[in-house]
Amino acid sequence: MTDIGQQSGSNGNSRGGSLLPHFVNPRPFDPYDVEKVNPALEKIYMASQWRMMWLRFRRHRVAVFCGIVLLAMYAAILCVEFLAPYNQHSRNVDYIYTPPQDVHFFHEGSFIGPFVYGLDYRLDMENLERVYTERTDDPRPIRFFCAGDSYKFWNLIEGNLHLVCPPDSETPLFLLGSDRLGRDMLSRILYGMRISLTIGLIGVAVSFALGIVFGGLAGYYGGWIDDLLQRTIEVLRSIPHLPLWLALAAILPVDWSPMLVFFGITIILGLIDWTGLARAVRSRLLSLREEDFCVAAQLMGAKPGRIIFRHLMPSFMSHLIASATLAIPGMILGETALSFLGLGIRPPITSWGVLLNEAQNINVVALYPWLMLPILPVIVVVLAFNFLGDGLRDAADPYR
Amino acid sequence: MLRYFLQRVLVMVPTLLIISFLIFVIIQAPPGDFLETTLAELQARGESMDQNQIESLRALYGLDQPFHVQYLRWLFGQWDGLSYVKGGLIFGDLGYSFEYNQPVADIVGDRLALTVIVSIASILFVWIVSFPIAVYSATHQYGLFDYIFTFVGYLGLATPSFLIALILLYFANIWFGTSIGGLMDPVYVGQPWSAAKFWSIMEHMWVPVLVIGLPGTAGMIRRLRANLLDELNKQYVTTGRAKGLPPLKLLVRYPLRISLNPFIADIGSLLPELISGSVIVSVVMSLPITGPMLLTALRSQDMYLAGSFLMFMAFLTVIGVFISDILLALLDPRIRLGAGAEK
Repeated sequence: MTDIGQQSGSNGNSRGGSLLPHFVNPRPFDPYDVEKVNPALEKIYMASQWRMMWLRFRRHRVAVFCGIVLLAMYAAILCVEFLAPYNQHSRNVDYIYTPPQDVHFFHEGSFIGPFVYGLDYRLDMENLERVYTERTDDPRPIRFFCAGDSYKFWNLIEGNLHLVCPPDSETPLFLLGSDRLGRDMLSRILYGMRISLTIGLIGVAVSFALGIVFGGLAGYYGGWIDDLLQRTIEVLRSIPHLPLWLALAAILPVDWSPMLVFFGITIILGLIDWTGLARAVRSRLLSLREEDFCVAAQLMGAKPGRIIFRHLMPSFMSHLIASATLAIPGMILGETALSFLGLGIRPPITSWGVLLNEAQNINVVALYPWLMLPILPVIVVVLAFNFLGDGLRDAADPYR
Repeated sequence: MLRYFLQRVLVMVPTLLIISFLIFVIIQAPPGDFLETTLAELQARGESMDQNQIESLRALYGLDQPFHVQYLRWLFGQWDGLSYVKGGLIFGDLGYSFEYNQPVADIVGDRLALTVIVSIASILFVWIVSFPIAVYSATHQYGLFDYIFTFVGYLGLATPSFLIALILLYFANIWFGTSIGGLMDPVYVGQPWSAAKFWSIMEHMWVPVLVIGLPGTAGMIRRLRANLLDELNKQYVTTGRAKGLPPLKLLVRYPLRISLNPFIADIGSLLPELISGSVIVSVVMSLPITGPMLLTALRSQDMYLAGSFLMFMAFLTVIGVFISDILLALLDPRIRLGAGAEK
């Protein structure tokens, strides 16, 4: 306040006195200076939406890491037959419930590459336990890129090339132990990964399609369609998922082939889970409909189809992909839970849940804890999808 | 308020009706009915069921009737013209379990009560644990413990409860050599309710409650922390700090109260999650609640037993949502007066 008072006072004074010299700033004057950007910034300003999202996503280190892990896993399920040391069904009746073997590198002080020791088997009649002891004088080097169990690659090409193989026909290679039929846990976990990971993708695809159709209809038409959908979603949400899944899975006929059951389970998972995505689509559509760019398109005479697909879709697709990513772990966990309870995928097909089904009996688990190992990949995958989804969600709105 | 209350009750009725229809469709869907399969099985073994009983069961539930008649009988009971005869879900008759050869109500009574107890205890657990942790995490954002809690929370979200149950059982077996399964001392199983039995249940309950509540707790901490952080970054908090309000008062007076909303609003999503979790955890830990029996009932097509369980779980959820809505309306005048309801 005092400042202004003084200023007005001095103004009054100067009016009576001599004129101040006209002030001109000597620096060169460029009226477009404010709008100019340096090349680095220009790159960002000119970037497309997807590029902006990528730049934003890259800053989220954990999400990038998780994305790489997941990519690697999905790449691995393409060539499981090659990666797994055994076929998933090949039994080794001499080595039932073998504990995980240690891989050694040095034998009696000298380096001979990765090898395992031969195993001696003894039945402990006192505890009725199988006891395996390593013959520490008998190193057997592990073979790489070798011929092992024969398989049909993708059910098409015959082959028997494996990344690692057991040292010889007598010595097994059970890096993660073996189960009650002497099947290699590592191979089974790898084969199980194929089913568990695909079920997440297919299930999400189903719920994605349902969600977009129903949510799109409700969001675009509104009115009674919207009301009907909202009520349906409320009803579906108020029934706990797992019991509902269980009940639906129990419907699948007993005489269906495991493959049919696999698809049945996937569809059941997707059928219940679309509500979240439909809600996301609906609320996005409702809010985007009112945005200026949409009104502008309407005023310019664009047809509804063009508005939806050209203008609205790109701006909510990124969000949808993020929510779909966050929905995948739910699917994987759902399948695991169903199979764990014995109502999901049926045995000849192996998933992590089917493997964990064997770990249901706590006495078995106490004796052979390595049967619980499939828990680890489940947790890793679910965590990775959660972090990836978080990163994608943050990146989905790059203009913020 | 009364108006809102009545409105919510009115909405609840059709919801439950639709749910009951859905559930009936599901339990009805497997081909053949239980009587048929059982009869075939018994005949194959050379035994037979009391013919009168079969006929009366058939007549009571109208297994030979078309679908809609069966459904209406299951829900509303049997009517002779306008006079009520017997049965009907809404009159408290849950139907007849073919497998146990007893009315469903006789078998499930205890289990339903225990399910309610476990669910309420789990919700309380979620509240009690998540509240201090979330407040601490939000007020000490990016502190060491915040990171630790966030990480543990992520793990808790990612690990399904039945796996936690398995791991707990495993370590209990290794360290203590005992099984921590069950919900009471074996002495009390099948005994009538008494103070001692109740106490025994309380003693055994913390393990399943911990396991069932953990994923929910992780989610609740995340939401509460985010809410509180949003609130703490608002300008009135800065103003309050500038005016020299004591930090504790500044935290408790408004931000905390406002951010507590999800505590009540989330019962609706928390309860289905907890019940889903309890189904599978109870199978792993062999708890005498709904899970294991639901599973066997589903496997053996014991339709009224399975249907009762499913209906009961849905009912529990719907009631939970109803209560949370009423509480929210009591707390938040905006909802009560209908403003801000449209989003």
